[in-house]
Amino acid sequence: MDGWRRGNGTLRVFLIAFSFVFITVFLVLPLCQVLWKAFEFGFRPFWESVSDQYALKALKLSVLTTVAAVICNTAFGLCAAWAVTRFSFRGKGFLITLIDIPFAVSPVIAGLVFIMTFGRLGWAYPFLSAHDIKIVFAVPGLVLATIFVTFPFVAREIIPVLTARGTDEEEAAVLMGSGFFTTFRRVTLPHIRWALLYGVILCTARAMGEFGAVSVVSGHLRGRTNTLPLHIEILFREYHTLQSFSAAAILVATAVLILVARNIVEGISRKDADYYVR
Amino acid sequence: MKRTRKKTLPGFGITMGVTLAYASLIVLIPMASMAVMSADLGLAGFWRTVSDARTLAALKVSFLCSLAAALINAVSGLALAWVIVRYRFPLRRFIDGLIELPFALPTAVAGISLTVLTTDRGWVGKPLFELLGVRIAYTQLGIIAAITFITIPFVVRTVQPVLEQLSPDYEEAGLILGAGPASVFFRIVFPEILPALLTGFSLAFARGLGEYGSVIFIAGNIPFRTEIAPLVIMSKLEQFNYDEATAVALLMLVCSFVIMFIVNRLQVRAASFAGEK
Repeated sequence: MDGWRRGNGTLRVFLIAFSFVFITVFLVLPLCQVLWKAFEFGFRPFWESVSDQYALKALKLSVLTTVAAVICNTAFGLCAAWAVTRFSFRGKGFLITLIDIPFAVSPVIAGLVFIMTFGRLGWAYPFLSAHDIKIVFAVPGLVLATIFVTFPFVAREIIPVLTARGTDEEEAAVLMGSGFFTTFRRVTLPHIRWALLYGVILCTARAMGEFGAVSVVSGHLRGRTNTLPLHIEILFREYHTLQSFSAAAILVATAVLILVARNIVEGISRKDADYYVR
Repeated sequence: MKRTRKKTLPGFGITMGVTLAYASLIVLIPMASMAVMSADLGLAGFWRTVSDARTLAALKVSFLCSLAAALINAVSGLALAWVIVRYRFPLRRFIDGLIELPFALPTAVAGISLTVLTTDRGWVGKPLFELLGVRIAYTQLGIIAAITFITIPFVVRTVQPVLEQLSPDYEEAGLILGAGPASVFFRIVFPEILPALLTGFSLAFARGLGEYGSVIFIAGNIPFRTEIAPLVIMSKLEQFNYDEATAVALLMLVCSFVIMFIVNRLQVRAASFAGEK
């Protein structure tokens, strides 16, 4: 019995070997490739490439859009999760589907919808140009596109946790006279903090690396609307391999940090779950 | 509704208001605007655009390559989930932790890295080309490789929790009653994980259809051969051909929604199966 679960002989060896080969070829080698190309000629050329003013501006813009997207989507995720799991109302199914839509939409289409809304052909264009507001081919467009593609992440992580916990504790708190924000902060938040953090991490990762959607709305103005992934694309197409991979190495570093954070959060939340079960 | 039930918990107004306003601003209104704008094109124009030979070829490439990548991931994802859940061996935690890398790594970085890796001078591409004469970068194999990379986590992460919660009793009963390992797997374990496997497969397939960032570097983007559907939208946009871009986008949206609908049905079915026990 135990032999079956622990695996017997050849099959076990074959499957483990297969996993290692697959992981090495598809995940480890691409990472090593980026670092190798970035540091091929030593540390100094790498440092010169990443301290280039356009690279720095792109990095700054990427961080700005990421922070904006994460803040907006976290606030939305909390509200949506509370509304969807704590109340019953008509059209709930529709609302949940609406939250999921950005997962199913190609990033290119995510950019396109904003072009068709706020761009030259969009219905909002006359109003925007009359008030001298630029959205498409400017920073607000980048932020909107990034928010769109990361829209479901936080809500999607919190909703199952709140559904599973039910409303008893909150109802008790409210009946004993606690207000909305106190109930939320002292009763709900401790239960969802790890799911929330997990959602924020996923949202950060996706926002930092978003390419297709921002590529459509950016207009590629170097130093103005170029995020780091777009900057990498331009450098790569111009055969500036070293500069391109040096910038990519920064994103690899953030990806690894995000991955480590994710694993720590998951470890803690599993322990937490065990604690509550006991 | 004539009588509204008094709601015990507070905060319905503010959270619902914020949710609806934000969801409308970010998702509903832009999506609806695109649909309305495409009405300008008319049915005839829509049909002309999507039945254009180059568009159809791109859709076919996207469809087949995503399907191939999703199949590769269904098999290898099942193997990975199995290995991570069932076996104990050195570096198991490392493999488990690395699975989400494609979600954390920006797609453009994955794209340029895989491209350099698989050209006929790259670490992986060179031996393959010299020994087998197979080229990966700038062919459809490259597109499949890129989509496979991007969608690795889907199958593993949907199958893994189901496998973890599977009670060993049934398998043990099967073994005691004299079934071989193969029939225990295919007749006891496999039916349990099938809904999760199909969900993961569909999610990977849907993501692959729309994938842009990682594919465009490795694909080479040769019309009729390695041009993907999202790139067709992109190039129509660059020519300021908004109507046609929207038409292709709408067609892709319909495909995505069909897949999403199937995933939903699968999850409902899986949930009702779980409820029966």
